[in-house]
Amino acid sequence: MNAMRLIRLIALLLALLPTLPAFAQTDDATLTTLVNALAPGNFKDRETAAKALGATGDPRAVPVLQTLLDGNLYAAKTTGQVVFLAGDGVTDPATGATVEGMARGDTEKVKVNNGLRRGLRTIIGQMTLLSEDRATRMSAAQSVLRDANPDNLELLNSALSSEADPQIKAVMETAHAAIILKTDASVEEKTAAVAALKARGGRDAVTLLTSVLASSPEELKPQIQGAIDALNQTQAAWGVAQNVWYGISLGSVLLLAAIGLAITFGVMGVINMAHGEMVMLGAYTTFTVQEIIRRSFPGMLDYSLAIALPLAFLVTALIGIAIERGIIRWLYGRALETLLATWGLSLILQQAIRTAYGPTNKEVANPSWMSGSFDLGGLSITWNRFWIVIFAIAVFVALLAVLNRTSLGLQMRAVTQNRRMASAMGIRTPFVDAMTFGLGSGIAGLAGVALSQIDNVSPNLGQNYIIDSFMVVVFGGVGNLWGTLVGALSIGIANKFLEPYAGAVVAKILILVLIILFIQRRPRGLFALKGRAVEQ
Amino acid sequence: MTGISRIMAGIGLGVAMTAGALAPLAAHAQEETIKVGILHSLSGTMAISETTLKDTMLFLIDEQNKKGGLLGKKLEAVVVDPASDWPLFAEKARELISVNKVAAVFGCWTSVSRKSVLPVFKELNSILFYPVQYEGEESERNVFYTGAAPNQQAIPAVDYLMNEEGVERWVLAGTDYVYPQTTNKILEQYLKDKGVAAEDIMINYTPFGHSDWQTIVSDIKAFGSAGKKTAVVSTINGDANVPFYKELANQGIKAEDIPVVAFSVGEEELAGFDTAPLVGHLAAWNYFQSVDTPENADFIAKWREFIKNPERVTNDPMEAHVIGFNLWVQAVEKAGTTDTDPVLDAIIGLETPNLTGGIAKMLPNHHITKPVLIGEIQADGQFEVVSASDLVPGDAWSDFLPESKPIEADWTAPINCGNYNTETKACGAGAM
Repeated sequence: MNAMRLIRLIALLLALLPTLPAFAQTDDATLTTLVNALAPGNFKDRETAAKALGATGDPRAVPVLQTLLDGNLYAAKTTGQVVFLAGDGVTDPATGATVEGMARGDTEKVKVNNGLRRGLRTIIGQMTLLSEDRATRMSAAQSVLRDANPDNLELLNSALSSEADPQIKAVMETAHAAIILKTDASVEEKTAAVAALKARGGRDAVTLLTSVLASSPEELKPQIQGAIDALNQTQAAWGVAQNVWYGISLGSVLLLAAIGLAITFGVMGVINMAHGEMVMLGAYTTFTVQEIIRRSFPGMLDYSLAIALPLAFLVTALIGIAIERGIIRWLYGRALETLLATWGLSLILQQAIRTAYGPTNKEVANPSWMSGSFDLGGLSITWNRFWIVIFAIAVFVALLAVLNRTSLGLQMRAVTQNRRMASAMGIRTPFVDAMTFGLGSGIAGLAGVALSQIDNVSPNLGQNYIIDSFMVVVFGGVGNLWGTLVGALSIGIANKFLEPYAGAVVAKILILVLIILFIQRRPRGLFALKGRAVEQ
Repeated sequence: MTGISRIMAGIGLGVAMTAGALAPLAAHAQEETIKVGILHSLSGTMAISETTLKDTMLFLIDEQNKKGGLLGKKLEAVVVDPASDWPLFAEKARELISVNKVAAVFGCWTSVSRKSVLPVFKELNSILFYPVQYEGEESERNVFYTGAAPNQQAIPAVDYLMNEEGVERWVLAGTDYVYPQTTNKILEQYLKDKGVAAEDIMINYTPFGHSDWQTIVSDIKAFGSAGKKTAVVSTINGDANVPFYKELANQGIKAEDIPVVAFSVGEEELAGFDTAPLVGHLAAWNYFQSVDTPENADFIAKWREFIKNPERVTNDPMEAHVIGFNLWVQAVEKAGTTDTDPVLDAIIGLETPNLTGGIAKMLPNHHITKPVLIGEIQADGQFEVVSASDLVPGDAWSDFLPESKPIEADWTAPINCGNYNTETKACGAGAM
């Protein structure tokens, strides 16, 4: 009985051994010496010192290494003592006590570079793999996976046995598989590891398998190569889907920019070269709203986009109505003069903004829900593009509703089909013209709000979109919303499929050439309006 | 002529003669100034980078005037806006030289703008000080290149990535014009000479102002997941950098995994940009605002006082203008005149301190000596220097391209040629 208890006790101790380093406490003096070793020397020296600090296993070392990783670790200029900053004073990392007689100005930053950051992440990962905090454990697991160092195998095994969270466990198992492939494990174990990596899939698995291919045993090589090929095929398929997504997001941007033009062009036949400037004005409205909120109501910064939307619509719609009443009305029926007049107007608007706001770009902050990305299967979707696609669809649906459900929309469609008959039926065509121009410009303003999130806000913003807008309208068919939608999406997708092969510049040229060829066959565009009186 | 018209004619003639006699007096009554031309885009896609250089020149001229001017006369700045429009650069240069009669011009940023104005400076025999890093393969008699040549920026940056970061796969991403194309040609040859395989190099060009980086950043991610350490060498110019870095951050590309080293992104381009997601990405220049020397601290303090903005940043092309302006002033004082030819001769060999503790010397090939600094972006938009070299003399004709290796530029007698072929001993032969 005693022997059994002894054996169990020894087994318990042995099981605890890998976990022991995580709970060791070194004395203050040793820790302080090791911490102070972080300051002097070059980046390689710093990495050696960090490794020594990490090897102590002292939990107090983790915040020191993390602070160094974040670039916030400071050392006294004269003595080289490493300290944490706390307000205006400094604290000792080992004890947490305030250091007397030293202020922030007496310290200088301990420099970090990319190589050191990588090393620090690995060390912190090793030290925090068994942490209580879920987020810390997850990032530790990911850094162990990225490092895939065989030295971590024991640590990883003990962490795996006690890990309950399924997501973290999956990352740890992948790390385990990756490490197995780098060690001298048996062929069966390595085969299982390759299968595990293949099952996990994704780009990381391809990277890991490719990096071990050269150094693995001969009998394993065909299996690894097979796994790589299979994964690459899946990646290629997902790559096509990814290109479609990019095409949709580009198409949504084109749609937003072009849809206002489609309406004005359709109803009035007016070539409005100032349309791009309406987009630009919408973007500047967003900037102005944000500046006002920043200065006077900083708490409402998250709502600045929501406030900017109706304001941008109003501002650009009013300017659009003013343009129509002031300039376009007098040039009715004279397309070339309208083109020239609106071109001149676009230059005036650009210079007006340049004088009012300055010629340099303006910074429009992205709200936090528009940063970063999420994964959908094998697709990586950035939030800002996602929300812009949703926004474009919403604008499209709203516009459809306006055109098909409101009396103004009815009048607009009537005027588009047959102006003179509509006028004879009692529709006030000048009023409809003004409202149409206002609506088209307002939509362009909304597009400007969206574009301020992904493009630079400068007086030239409109120039980047005017050509594309005309391409979409000509391609999709004038006056037809569905034509604009299909036109924008197909141009976007075609552009994104050409881009990987031809590059951004040639892809754009090819799209232009294709549209020109298409127009030769169908001059009225994809969805041409039908009717006797349409050809005028 | 009748009596009255004779009197009128007489009065008219008298007035004209008096005016003619007084006019030179009037001109002398106004102080004579030496005019300095400033040719930088104040609007358009390059305004983000060039506006601050115009302000720097105004600052330097103001400082020189406080010291008493030049040759006893005050300096006067003549500012024009070529608006990022390359042909307009040539027109404005001609206006500065012929109409405003400037003694020298400080200007240009993009290589295409410089190439546009070269014929004007040659024809009208004026002087251009060009402050921006460029692709080399040029040395003109009327131009002084105070920015970095590829051997003072691009090659050392690639060396740093290869040696310190262990990079084995390379993405060369640039804007579609002469500077990135030529620099990438040099870098591709350099990498191949160092044993990098052709499939480990990916080259990509985008138009000015490009804003849709989704595909390209995704391709960079894919290229970087072949198991070898990958880096991006970026010669992207202008405000296309802003959506590029935003897309990198959004798609989760960290600097530790795929570092981006940029040659045209400095403190000015990062100002007003949240650089927290960019920490660790690199830039290669010959000057950073964060360099801690007394000359630099003095410059920054005086600059901020002049521009009345305590937050305003400084960057490498500004230092290049400081060096160029100081060398020009020295040369004019040495030559005793602002006429082009004496100044061109006087300036060779002159030295002036740079802002990082070294000396910039004007070499016979019209380039200067500069230290190479590699810096990592910090969260506050500043750069932390991670590698610094000794002074490197600028080499106009890259030694890594077989066609330009034998070519040297030497504007002193007896060679007096910008593209002298040392093998055939002829001037102008073998030029690109």
